[in-house]
Amino acid sequence: MSDAKTILLDPVVDNNPVTLQVLGICSALAVTTSLLPALIMCVALMSVAALSTAAISSIRNRIPTNIRIIVQITIIASFVIVVDQILRAYAFEISKQLSVFVGLIITNCIILGRAEAFAMKNGVGMSFLDGLGNGLGYSAVLIIVATTRELFGAGTLLGYSIFEKTADGGWYEPNGLMLLPPSAFFIIGLLIWAVRSWKKRQVEKPDYQIHEVHRTEVL
Amino acid sequence: MGDYLNLFIQAAFVENLALSFFLGMCTFLAVSKRVETAIGLGVAVIAIQVITVPVNYLINTWLLKDGALAWAGLPDVDLSFLGFVSYIGVIAALVQILEMTLDKHFPKLYNALGIFLPLITVNCAILGGTLFMVERQYNFSESVVFGVGSGFGWALALVGLAGIREKLKYSDVPQGLQGLGITFIIVGLMSLGFLGFSGIRL
Repeated sequence: MSDAKTILLDPVVDNNPVTLQVLGICSALAVTTSLLPALIMCVALMSVAALSTAAISSIRNRIPTNIRIIVQITIIASFVIVVDQILRAYAFEISKQLSVFVGLIITNCIILGRAEAFAMKNGVGMSFLDGLGNGLGYSAVLIIVATTRELFGAGTLLGYSIFEKTADGGWYEPNGLMLLPPSAFFIIGLLIWAVRSWKKRQVEKPDYQIHEVHRTEVL
Repeated sequence: MGDYLNLFIQAAFVENLALSFFLGMCTFLAVSKRVETAIGLGVAVIAIQVITVPVNYLINTWLLKDGALAWAGLPDVDLSFLGFVSYIGVIAALVQILEMTLDKHFPKLYNALGIFLPLITVNCAILGGTLFMVERQYNFSESVVFGVGSGFGWALALVGLAGIREKLKYSDVPQGLQGLGITFIIVGLMSLGFLGFSGIRL
C-alpha cells in the first residue's frame, strides 16, 4: 500500500515532472492567465494521463517494440479526442478559451514520457496511479502559476474580486505584465529556485565551475 | 503580397510559438545548450513545419471538415472529430519519410539532423502550428506562409537561447537557480524582448 502511495505522491514535489524532469511545460502555460481554465486543463490532463497510461499498460505485452511510439500516441490521441468532445459538449465557453491547448495534450511529454518509462514495464493499477500522480505534480505547478498570475494581474481569483482594483475605487493597481507570456517563465524559474532551495538534492551541477582564487595562489 | 509578409512577421516574431505560446518547450530547453546543435534542430523544425502545415490543411479541407467529403458523394459526413489523430499521424509519417529520404539521398544532412528528427514528432510546436492553422481558418497559401514563419520564429528563438546559454557558463549563478531555473528566467527575458515586436504591422 505504501508503494502505491509513493507512486502517487512522489511526482508532486520530490520528483515533479515540470520542475525536475523538464517535461510537459509545452502545452499548458498559455492557459494560466486565469485560474478557471487552468483548473479545467489540469483535470483534462490528469484524466488523459491516468487513462492512457492504464490503457497502454494493459496491452504492453502485445505492442511490437519498433512501432510502440505510434501505438502510444494513437491511444493518447484517442483519449484526448474524448476529453475534447466532452468539454465541447458540457463546457463550451471554457473549451473556446483553451482553444488549441486541449489538442496539444497529445504531444505533452509527461504523458508519452510516463507511458514509455513506466506503463510499458508495470501493471495496470500502478500505471494508472503513476499517471494520476504525474498529472497531480503538473497540476500543482499549473495552479501555483495561474493563481499568481490571476491574483496579481487582475486582482481576482476564479473571477471573484480579491484585491479591490483602483479602477473600482480600491487600492490595487493591476500588474499588466502578469497577464503577458514572460511572467509565466519568470514564475516557473522562481518556483524551481524555491523548490530546489528546499530540496537541496535537486540542485543541478553546473557544467563549468568558476574557479575560486585563493589568496595563496595570487601571491 | 503585403498580406503574406504581414502574416510571416506575425507568425515569426509577434506570435512566436516558443516565446508567446510556450510550444515546443521541452525540446526548446533540452537542445539549447550549444549553438551548433540548435541550428541543426532549427532547420529540421522549419523543414517539417513547412511540409506538415499545408499537408494537414489539405487533409482537413478535403477529408475531415464538415461537408468536405462532398466530392466523394458524402456531403453529410463530418469527420472533424478525427482531426487530432489524423494530424499527429501525418506528422509522425512525414517525419519518418523525411528521415528515410535524407538517409538515402543526403547522408551528410541526415547525420547532422539524425538524432533530432524522431524528437520532432512529439514537438508541440509542430502540432500547435497545425491546430492554429485549422482554428484560424487559413487558406492554402496562407498555411504555407504560416508554416514557414512559425518554423522560422521557433528556430530563431532556439538559436538565440543557445547563444545566450553558451555565454552563461562564464557567469556565477546562485545554487538553486543553476541549470533549469536560470534558463527559464532567460527565456522570460527573451519573451519580453519579443513583445517589443507586437506593434509591428506592415
